[in-house]
Amino acid sequence: MKAKVKMKGYIEINQESCKGCQICFYFCPKSSISDSGSINSSGYFSACFSDNSECNACGICAIVCPEAAIEVYRE
Amino acid sequence: MNKYLISGNSVIAEAAIRAGCQCYFGYPITPQNELTEYMALHLSRKEGCTFIQAESEISAINMVYGASIAGARAMTSSSSPGISLKQEGISYLAACELPAVIVNMMRGGPGLGSISASQSDYFQATRGGGHGDYRTIVLSPASGQELADLTQRAFDLADNYRTPVIILGDGMLGQMMEPVEFHKEAPENLSTKSWALKGAKDRPSKIIKTFTSNPNELEEINWRLFRKYRLIEREEVDYETYMVEDAELIVIAYGIAARIAKGAIKKARAHNLKVGMLRPITLWPFPFKKIQEISKRVQYFFVFEMNMGQMIEDVQLALEGNGEISFYGRPGGVIPTPSEVFRILSRQYYQKGLNR
Amino acid sequence: MTIKTVYKRPKLLKERLFHYCPGCGHSVIHKLLCEVIDEMNLKERIVCIPPPGCSVFAYNYLDIDMAESAHGRGAAVATGIKRVSPETIVFTYQGDGDLSAIGTAETIHAANREEKITAIFVNNAVYGMTGGQMAPTTMIGQKTTTSPYGREVNKEGYPLKMSEILSVVEGTVYIERTAVNSPKNIKKTKKAISKAFQVQIDNLGFSMVEILSPCPTNWKMSPIESWHWVDKEMVKEFPLGVIKDRIKVKKC
Repeated sequence: MKAKVKMKGYIEINQESCKGCQICFYFCPKSSISDSGSINSSGYFSACFSDNSECNACGICAIVCPEAAIEVYRE
Repeated sequence: MNKYLISGNSVIAEAAIRAGCQCYFGYPITPQNELTEYMALHLSRKEGCTFIQAESEISAINMVYGASIAGARAMTSSSSPGISLKQEGISYLAACELPAVIVNMMRGGPGLGSISASQSDYFQATRGGGHGDYRTIVLSPASGQELADLTQRAFDLADNYRTPVIILGDGMLGQMMEPVEFHKEAPENLSTKSWALKGAKDRPSKIIKTFTSNPNELEEINWRLFRKYRLIEREEVDYETYMVEDAELIVIAYGIAARIAKGAIKKARAHNLKVGMLRPITLWPFPFKKIQEISKRVQYFFVFEMNMGQMIEDVQLALEGNGEISFYGRPGGVIPTPSEVFRILSRQYYQKGLNR
Repeated sequence: MTIKTVYKRPKLLKERLFHYCPGCGHSVIHKLLCEVIDEMNLKERIVCIPPPGCSVFAYNYLDIDMAESAHGRGAAVATGIKRVSPETIVFTYQGDGDLSAIGTAETIHAANREEKITAIFVNNAVYGMTGGQMAPTTMIGQKTTTSPYGREVNKEGYPLKMSEILSVVEGTVYIERTAVNSPKNIKKTKKAISKAFQVQIDNLGFSMVEILSPCPTNWKMSPIESWHWVDKEMVKEFPLGVIKDRIKVKKC
């Protein structure tokens, strides 16, 4: 029997495109996205990915991101 | 060459089809309905051509805008109140540098006015008409034959300069029947338009737009239009002179008014009054230089229009304070007779002492 | 270990920052359009007619042919293009002020002529770019800059339901109302857009997708509040779902 491998994913957030709308914070089922605390050149508090290893690359954050600032990868 | 005896409105339609007009979008309004009806009968069944009776004049001109974006030769027609509605679209056509032919068979105004022939839209046509700093080429036919010739020229001018062109006729020209020859057959293949949008195939994507949030960019667009307008003013002025060589009094009239004036001048000549006429064929660009040239020899000018006096302002601009101008006009769709104009003309002639 | 890309920025979306406010639905819809056009392989034969309004700058983002129309005239302009070039896929991108106020005549008559065009109708219940004035789609009681005491029925009438109105027009083939306020609704919107384009590709007639779209700035809400407000308020007045589907009938 094959052992079930847990999917592991990660996302990349383009800090410059992010407008800090926090829509992704709300929809991420694993609460893996939070405020980076830093301001980008447009003056927005951008989001950052907190790699808590829970991300399974479901892609929801990218689907809802109005800025197309998130890209999603699966290992 | 065959001669056709058809109404002026039908002449424009037939000439347009022969000029390769592929799309016509109209909306009923008197006195130009025969044009729309002719297109419905003849253009709608032509291979690759489109006829739509639109839901409004505004829609019709915007369909012209769309057809022009796709690279077709397109036209619309209406009469004064309907042309007011089209001004929005004409402004966009001018801004996007898209060709189009717009026919205005003028009727009495303001408001709904009357359905009788008038020339009350001279300012609207020659000053751009809609919002923004732009001009349209304005052609003023005075006979059935000229309706045919100028319609065909309108399409070429529109394409060459990528600009909307107005054919400024009137209700009388539209209804009148005269024998007409069509000098052109529809071209086999019109050249493809470099600006046409049909999808970004084998080239980067393109945009046709009028809006920019950058005033400097818009200023440059305006200057580009300005340079084009200067070129048109240099190259495209057209007029007819009639018995001007020895004339002491020059009538300046256009369109159907010039036709009436011609009758009056014939009567004047029969009475040995030396009267001639300058008839602008292009109202924009206006024949300023020709009037200045005539004014070196002639002192007295008589402007005759079927309105309260609109072209007279261009004549005043041309004369720059030289010469003397008198005016006769009948607004509201009243059509004066040649005898009436002759009476006014001869009174002027004697009052100025030109008979001595 | 191989790394698989699950979501990448759409190919047809130009590398440029959106000018839209944080949380705006327009950019989500732009993203979807880019994805659909790419997936359906339409770039080489599609023309978009963007309107005046916030999306007047759509040409900065979508890497496809575009021709801007005057306010409300999208359907007439699209008609002109489509009639000259029937093989081109033509769609208008219009807001609620554009399509349901100034452009009602153009839209209804283009639909009634069964023009083979598609309307992407973005309904955010206000005039966005001009600063949040009342639109025909503004909710009853909703405060806007021109209904500062809330929209009153006896003075300003009811929210106008263009999808329902158009559904009784014979020439319309497919009309669906969706929203871009949740992952599920966004996915549905994408499907609806491809379906509407397919109707046009199959030459069946007029298709429209009405998209309820959040406008946090003019609704004076946080982005997430505005996304919830679509569900809480707008959907009650503008129920989601397929409003008309005559695809099978037309194909027979």
